[in-house]
Amino acid sequence: MNRNALRAFMVKEFRHILRDRQTLTILLMLPLVQVILFGYALRSDVRDIRMAVIDPTPDHATLELQSRFLSTNRFRIVTTSQTPDVIEPLFRRGRADVALVFDPDFASHLRGTEPARLLIAVDASDPNAGTTYLSYARAVISSYQAELSAQNRQVRIVTETRMRFNPTLESVNLFVPGLIALVLVLVSALMTAISLSREKERGTMEVLLVSPLRPQQIIVGKVLPYLALAFANVLTALLAAWAVFHVPFRGSVVLLLAESILYTLVSLALGVLVAARTSSQRAAMLTAALVTMLPNALLSGMIFPIASMPTWLVPFTYIAPARWFIVIARGIMLKGVGLTILWRETLMLSLMAMLLLAAAMRSFKPRLE
Amino acid sequence: MIPSAAAPARAPRATGVANGFAIDARDLTRRFGSFVAVDHITFDVGTGEVFGFLGANGAGKTTAIKMLVGLLAPSEGVAHVAGFDIATQRDQIRRNIGYMSQRFSLYADLTVRENIRLYGGIYGLTPGQIVERTTTMLDTLGLSSNADDLVGKLPLGWKQKLAFSVALLHNPKIVFLDEPTSGVDPMTRRQFWELIYAAAARGTTVFVTTHYMDEAEYCDRISIMVDGKIAALGTPTELKEKFGAESVDDVFVRLARGATKGETA
Repeated sequence: MNRNALRAFMVKEFRHILRDRQTLTILLMLPLVQVILFGYALRSDVRDIRMAVIDPTPDHATLELQSRFLSTNRFRIVTTSQTPDVIEPLFRRGRADVALVFDPDFASHLRGTEPARLLIAVDASDPNAGTTYLSYARAVISSYQAELSAQNRQVRIVTETRMRFNPTLESVNLFVPGLIALVLVLVSALMTAISLSREKERGTMEVLLVSPLRPQQIIVGKVLPYLALAFANVLTALLAAWAVFHVPFRGSVVLLLAESILYTLVSLALGVLVAARTSSQRAAMLTAALVTMLPNALLSGMIFPIASMPTWLVPFTYIAPARWFIVIARGIMLKGVGLTILWRETLMLSLMAMLLLAAAMRSFKPRLE
Repeated sequence: MIPSAAAPARAPRATGVANGFAIDARDLTRRFGSFVAVDHITFDVGTGEVFGFLGANGAGKTTAIKMLVGLLAPSEGVAHVAGFDIATQRDQIRRNIGYMSQRFSLYADLTVRENIRLYGGIYGLTPGQIVERTTTMLDTLGLSSNADDLVGKLPLGWKQKLAFSVALLHNPKIVFLDEPTSGVDPMTRRQFWELIYAAAARGTTVFVTTHYMDEAEYCDRISIMVDGKIAALGTPTELKEKFGAESVDDVFVRLARGATKGETA
């Protein structure tokens, strides 16, 4: 082998790499961003667990146990009530993660010999977070019990637990809505990004821009056919969720389909924006994959609970469309809730769709340069 | 001097310069940073004229054509196309021009008929008009039996002729052709020029860039761009007389020798 030929060849390869700045940036940034995001998102300790306390007969003992929860700095009491009927609405609205329900005889039994009974109910629509909440709560209770035993008091605290929305802790119920969200955003963004950047690359875009077609028409003309295609994806994904994974559909299927259309619109607009801002098909593909997969897999709460992220990272989760869609999909499928609960997430997705479409149209100016 | 013997037969021009200008440009300039791609060019193109826009690669032809069709904003100067200002009346211009870019402008994965239908639709032709013009066009091109073939499967020469015909589908007042015959064999180039003459005979103004100097001889008038400026402008005969040259090719080589930018073709 001629070493000079090899060297010349390698120089050529380096030139390819260095000249394609967009691809180079992606290749350099991808591992970095992944390491940073994974590193933070993987931290699974949970803080700020919102707890509802049901205490029918408040007493020194029940208040003491509550203060033990508070002193861990993980739990925050959002409401105290004497009747358990407040739990259900709080869970449905996502205002509480855990409910601590004292038996009416808890305090008297604790002083006597009968077992003192407690119920911990957990919102387990996110099974990872749910198990974590439960184990923290159990730790608080057992340390309280150990302390009392140390004072030579024979006490028995019997803790009952209930996982709401996902009694068997099926992670598939949680995972499938997230997976659907992830696949939809990736595929949809890729579709428009590739299709538009191909036109730019092949030169047909030039002819379209010289024609009486307006840039808005070009964008709408691209997005709508792909919206139909993406809707087919939605249907097959939901069908698979139902038929293969037996994920329950407790809420309105029509609402879920409408929300899915809104979500794919956001994703398609994202693809258009990517195509408008990149100069080659390859760069458009890589960028589309990057801007959809990374934030939506890591920041949406699909894999890593948002509750366990550091505070500074939480605002960044707002930019991931899947964060909102996952709440919507889980809400409709697992909790059976409707727009009265999910309007905030729906509003966020609508704003994103409008913003991204407007940005895409601005980027696709009639003048190419 | 009469165009060379190989030139296709040319019908007399339908309308003359006296009818008004199809294109007029005054000090049209485009800068990219400190680089001046088009440097104060001034010219007129008469209605129905076949105007050749010549220059070496990098001389600024494509930049100039992009400004005229509204793909690039001029940095300086004014120009009118079909009577409309290129800076402010782009929408009106678009309806009145046809454009064939340097790169192939039809979709390879659509059939001939589907491509025609697409552009007919974009330019607002009725379905009836589209069917009628498709038939006429395919008859003229001898492509009737290929109407349902994928465009990507056609030989390059046919593709180019088809792209030209599609650019004329909406009967534009002016058609811009950016190196329409590059890479095409001599026989097809000749047929292509017959199509250009036929369009001019119907009153369409043809603005064509080329680097084949024999084609320059077929134009009513030509301009030669060197380093972003128009170095020569006139009929092929006038230019050859002025420079005492045998052919436009000679004129071109003389002018291009003074060039500092771009390679000389």
